[in-house]
Amino acid sequence: MNKKKSILENQAVNSFLASLISIAAGLVFGVVLLLILKPEAAMGGVKAMLGAGFSKLDNFAEVLYQAAPLMLCGLSVGFAFKTGLFNIGASGQYTMGAFFALFCALQLQLPWWVCLIASMIGGAFWGLFPGLFKALFNVNEVITSIMFNWIGMYLVNLCFANLPKTLASHNDRTANLTEANPSAVIPKAGLDKLFHSNYMSISIFIAIGIAVLMYVVLQKTTFGYELKACGMNRSASQYAGINAKRNIVLSMVISGALAGIGGGLYFLAGAGQYVLVKALLTRGFDGIPVALLANSHPLGTILSSFFISYLSVGGNAMQPNFSTETINIIIAVIIYLAAFSLLMKNMLAGVARRKKEKQKEAGK
Amino acid sequence: MITLANVLSGTIIFAVPLLLVALGGMFSERSGVVNIALEGIMVIGALISCFTLRAFDLSGFGKLHPQTAVLIAVLIAGVSGMIYSVFLAFAAINLKADQTIGGTALNQFAPAFAIVLTWAIQGQGQSQIRIPTWVRITRESMGLAKAEPSFWNNLVFKYFYLTTPIAVVLLLLAWFVMFKTKFGLRLRACGEHPQAADSVGINVYKMRYAGVMIGGFLGGIGGLAYTLAAGSSFGSSVAGYGFLALAVMIFGNWNPWTILGGSFFFALFKVLASYSSSIPFLPQFEGIKQASNIYQMLPYVVTMIVLIFTSKKSRAPKAEGIPYDKGSR
Repeated sequence: MNKKKSILENQAVNSFLASLISIAAGLVFGVVLLLILKPEAAMGGVKAMLGAGFSKLDNFAEVLYQAAPLMLCGLSVGFAFKTGLFNIGASGQYTMGAFFALFCALQLQLPWWVCLIASMIGGAFWGLFPGLFKALFNVNEVITSIMFNWIGMYLVNLCFANLPKTLASHNDRTANLTEANPSAVIPKAGLDKLFHSNYMSISIFIAIGIAVLMYVVLQKTTFGYELKACGMNRSASQYAGINAKRNIVLSMVISGALAGIGGGLYFLAGAGQYVLVKALLTRGFDGIPVALLANSHPLGTILSSFFISYLSVGGNAMQPNFSTETINIIIAVIIYLAAFSLLMKNMLAGVARRKKEKQKEAGK
Repeated sequence: MITLANVLSGTIIFAVPLLLVALGGMFSERSGVVNIALEGIMVIGALISCFTLRAFDLSGFGKLHPQTAVLIAVLIAGVSGMIYSVFLAFAAINLKADQTIGGTALNQFAPAFAIVLTWAIQGQGQSQIRIPTWVRITRESMGLAKAEPSFWNNLVFKYFYLTTPIAVVLLLLAWFVMFKTKFGLRLRACGEHPQAADSVGINVYKMRYAGVMIGGFLGGIGGLAYTLAAGSSFGSSVAGYGFLALAVMIFGNWNPWTILGGSFFFALFKVLASYSSSIPFLPQFEGIKQASNIYQMLPYVVTMIVLIFTSKKSRAPKAEGIPYDKGSR
C-alpha cells in the first residue's frame, strides 16, 4: 500500500537522529554541570560554549582549522572500525605523519604538497606494524598500536633532537615553518584575507575531499566491500575467496595513512610547532569520539569533526570561569549516550512501524 | 650495589600498578567484557583517594595514624573505581552497546572530570593534588633506627608504600578466586561460552557485572598505586598506564602469574631507562642528543619482540567483546 519507505525506517537517517538526540542530551547535561559549578557565570558559559564558534569570523576560521586534522583522525579510526579493527594507534601514526612532513619541509625544504604526501607515507608506515603483527603473528592490534604510539613518540623526539636544522633556537620545538620554509605552508588561496584570520587555509577542503574519497572507496568499490566483509566476518569472507591477511594489513596501512595526513595538515598549516615533550599527542585519541559519533561513516565524520571542533573553540571562550576540560566532559557524555543509540534506533524504528500499522488499519 | 637495589626497588613500585590494573582487566575480560576503560578507572580511583589523603592531611589524622589513613584511601580508591566501572557494565551488559564505545567515553570523562573537580575543590588553576609525605613507609615510621644506605635498606625502604603488600595479597586472592572457586569457574565460563553457562543456570549478566566491578576495584587501587609511584602529586592523569596494563594483560595471556611476570618485565625496562646514565655497563650513546629516548623506547620495543614469540600461544577469552543476548543462539 504505502510503497514509499517511511523516513524513520531509513538506517542512515535513524543513526543520524540517534546521534542528534545524544548530542542534545549531552548539551543539557553540560548546562546542568555549569549551573552546579558556578551558577552566577553559567549563562555566560553556555553562551560562550554554543556561540563562540560563530560569533566572529576569526573563531569560525579556528573551528575549520582544528576540524581538518581532527576529521582525518576520525576517518582513520572510523575506517579501521569499518574493517573490524580498533586503531588506538592514531596518535602514533599522526606523530609519524607530522615528523615525515616536517622533515621534508624543514630539512629538505620541499614544497607543501610533497610534504603532505610524505606525511601520508609516514602514517602508513606506522600503521603497517599493527597490521603485520596481527596478520603474521596474531598479535592483537590494540596492544601493538599502544606500544607503537610510545615507540613513535620517542623515536620522533630522538630524530628531531638530532636534526638541528629542523629545530627552533631553544631546541625544545621545531622551527617556525612560515620563516624556515614558506613554500611548505599549506596555501591559503586568499581565504586568510576573506576570513581575516591566519588560521584559514585550504586544508579543510583537502580533508573534506579525502572524506568523500573514503566514502566512495568504502561504499562503491569492490575493494571497500572486501575490507568491510573481512570486518564483519573473517571466516566467511575467507571462504568467499578474500585474502583476509592482506586485507588486515591494507586496512591498517590506509587507516595509518589517514592519521598521518592529519598530522601533516596540522603542522603544515604553519600555526603549530611540534614540541618535544614526553607525552603522546592527544589529537589521535580525539579521533575516537569523532568516529564513534559519526558511527564510522566517512561523511558523518565531516559533521562530527566540525561539531567537536566547534565545541572546543567554545570551550576556550569559556575561560577563565570554566576550564576547557568541561567540554571534554560533555563530549564524553555524548559518546556514552551514543552507546544507547541501539536502544534509540529500535525505538525510532518502532515509532515508524506503529505509524505504518495505523495507516494500514485506516486503509482497510 | 646501591644502584641495583634502587633499580629493583623502583621496578617493584612501578610493577605494582601494572599488576593490579592488569589483574582488574583480567577479571573483566574473563567474564566477557573488554575493558578499554581501565585508564579512566585508574584516574577516578587516584582522584578520589588523593582527595581522601589530602583530607586526612588537613585534619591531622594522617600524621597520627599514617598507615590506617593510607589503608582507608586504598579502599576508597577501590570502591570509587568499582562505582565508576558500573557505567561500563551498564552500557556493555544491559544496553548491549559496543564495549569500546562505553570504554572510550569513560576514558574521555575521567581526566576532564578530575581537572574540573580539582579546580572546584582547590581553587582555579590548582590542578595538582599534593600527596602528603607521611604516606611513604620509612625506617622511622616502622620504629627502626636510622641506617646508612645499603643494599637491603634501599631495596626495601627506597620506595615503600602500603600498596605493595596489598598488591601481593590481592594477587594471591585473584588467583585463588579465579581458579579455585566456583565463582571463578562460572566467571570464566561466561567469557568463553555464555550460552552454555546460561543453559546450566548461571546468570550471565550478574557474572559479567561482577567481573567488571572487580576489575574496577583493582583498577581504582592501581590508580592510587601509580600515583604514589610516579611522584609527589596527582595531576589528573595516569600517563597511559591503563593502556599499558591492558597490554600487560594480553602479554600475560589473561593469567595472574604471567601477568605478574609481564608487569615486572615491563617495569624493569622502564626503570632501567631512568637509571641508564648511572649504570656503568650500559652504552651511553655519546654524541647523540637526548639519547635517553632510546632507553625509554626500549620497554615497548622489547614487549613487541617478546609478543612475536609468545603470541602463537595467546588465547583471548572466546566471547569477550560480544554482548550477551539471551535470545540469540
